[in-house]
Amino acid sequence: MKRERRENLIQKIFCLFSMLSILFLLGIVIVLFKEGLPIFRKISLVKFLSGRLWYPTYEPPDFGILPLLLGSLWVTLGALIIAVPLGVSAAIYISEAAQPRIKGLIKPVIELLAGIPSVVYGFFGMVIVAPWVQNFFGLPVGLNAFTASILLGIMAIPTITSISEDAISSVPKSFKEASYALGANRWETTVKITVPAAASGISTAIILGMGRAVGETMTVLMVAGGAAVIPRSIFRPVRTMTATIAAEMGETVVGGDHYHALFAIAIVLFMMTLVFNIIADLLAQRFRRRLR
Amino acid sequence: MKRMILQGILGLSVLGLMTQGICAESNRLVIQGSTTVLPIAQNCAEVFMQNNPKIDISVRGGGSGTGMAALVDGICDIADSSRPIKSKELEKAVSRKVDPVAHVVAMDGIAVIVNTSNPVSKLSLAQLKNIYTGKVSNWSQLGGENKELVVISRDVASGTYECFSKLALKKARVRPDALLQASNAAVLSTVKRTKGAIGYVGMGYLSSDVKGLSVDGVRPSIETVQKGTYPISRPLFMYTNGKPKGLAKDFIDFVLSEDGQRIVGKQGFVSLK
Repeated sequence: MKRERRENLIQKIFCLFSMLSILFLLGIVIVLFKEGLPIFRKISLVKFLSGRLWYPTYEPPDFGILPLLLGSLWVTLGALIIAVPLGVSAAIYISEAAQPRIKGLIKPVIELLAGIPSVVYGFFGMVIVAPWVQNFFGLPVGLNAFTASILLGIMAIPTITSISEDAISSVPKSFKEASYALGANRWETTVKITVPAAASGISTAIILGMGRAVGETMTVLMVAGGAAVIPRSIFRPVRTMTATIAAEMGETVVGGDHYHALFAIAIVLFMMTLVFNIIADLLAQRFRRRLR
Repeated sequence: MKRMILQGILGLSVLGLMTQGICAESNRLVIQGSTTVLPIAQNCAEVFMQNNPKIDISVRGGGSGTGMAALVDGICDIADSSRPIKSKELEKAVSRKVDPVAHVVAMDGIAVIVNTSNPVSKLSLAQLKNIYTGKVSNWSQLGGENKELVVISRDVASGTYECFSKLALKKARVRPDALLQASNAAVLSTVKRTKGAIGYVGMGYLSSDVKGLSVDGVRPSIETVQKGTYPISRPLFMYTNGKPKGLAKDFIDFVLSEDGQRIVGKQGFVSLK
């Protein structure tokens, strides 16, 4: 009886803790909208999203976030081009081909990549990658969308690899056995059976990786260059939404238009990652249903 | 399990004690604000605490706006700022019954810097304005090599940017394709590594890694800022709520003293005398 009561109490405590995160999320959303929505009294949503000029501190100010939105999308897309092939093939190798000893080495190392603070990536990018990109391509400046994409790509690999790997290794053994029984070799089985069966799980991984890249702040602030123009090429400096918020929030007047506009950018970002997460979740559900 | 709960309770009570420590005032001073003023406040605080071991000063950056907001909210005792208070901030302060009083603690010149390989060594204010507003985009138009200009600016809300924009650009809009860097150190490092780059940093960050340009024929130096001949210079402030009392007064007096001003100079800023 005593034990039962104790377990009950512990359960309640843990329930409270898990409710706390919902509470935090709710608090963040409320603050975000409370501080962000007032800007739309000054400028319409369409103008905010499609304006090409971001001059928040001038008189009169311009609050157009199209360059920032595109900047975020460009570096995210670039990061995916790098991270998806590398991350997914690493996952296939780890779960299908690697010997247990190698697997035991690679998996933790890749996961370690996720543990490196983003400012370290940024520093590495600024000091090593950017000068290299600048010299190799003969560019006027190495801080650009390309450099940012490389770094964000590396940062997204652990997310993509570890979730894809989970998806691939949870494909039931019976699928593979059936394939082998029909005379397929290991390569054919992997490419035609295992990976397609895990496809929605891999898509989840990619979308979560995308969320990681679009929300990354410190690294892009340091290496993307930060020019608030619609980029003419991938080798031009770009500014992302996250970098704008991080760079400008510190010195803005609390309660001013600029402050509200920065929160409105945060709403846009929040919506984007929310959509990513919902899609990822739907795909993951589909994946589980298909395997059943 | 029991141990975990115990640890949790212990952790919470430690946290409680810590927050109580923050609330207990008297020999504690909190300074917050401009990252430009940060090295001055930090070093002065270190020396001040060495001289007065019982006193605890915590110095934070965050930016002029953050410092001013903290002063209005009563979170800090001294707000560092690299610009005078804005009218909106003053309104807010008055509505909260806070009376911000300014103390000029140092002078800061903004040095215009280029890569050491760049042959150009002087620019006029007008040329500088043309560069930053986008009328000029190649060094050959400024008497240099045929090289694309890489214009580096600061985030539009930083104090250094605001000062540069006011004094050098007369509030004209910076070209949208200018690179944004979030700190003086980042501007310095980018200019050091980029041949065609031009940027601006607080005088305290000028080093042999880059070349400081003469503006309107005046070299960026301590003498020219003190004399007021260097065109891009500004005062740096510490704000207190009302006339400074107690510890805040002692600290500001220290910053303004000979020792304090020596620290100002050591940090690469320009002392008042």
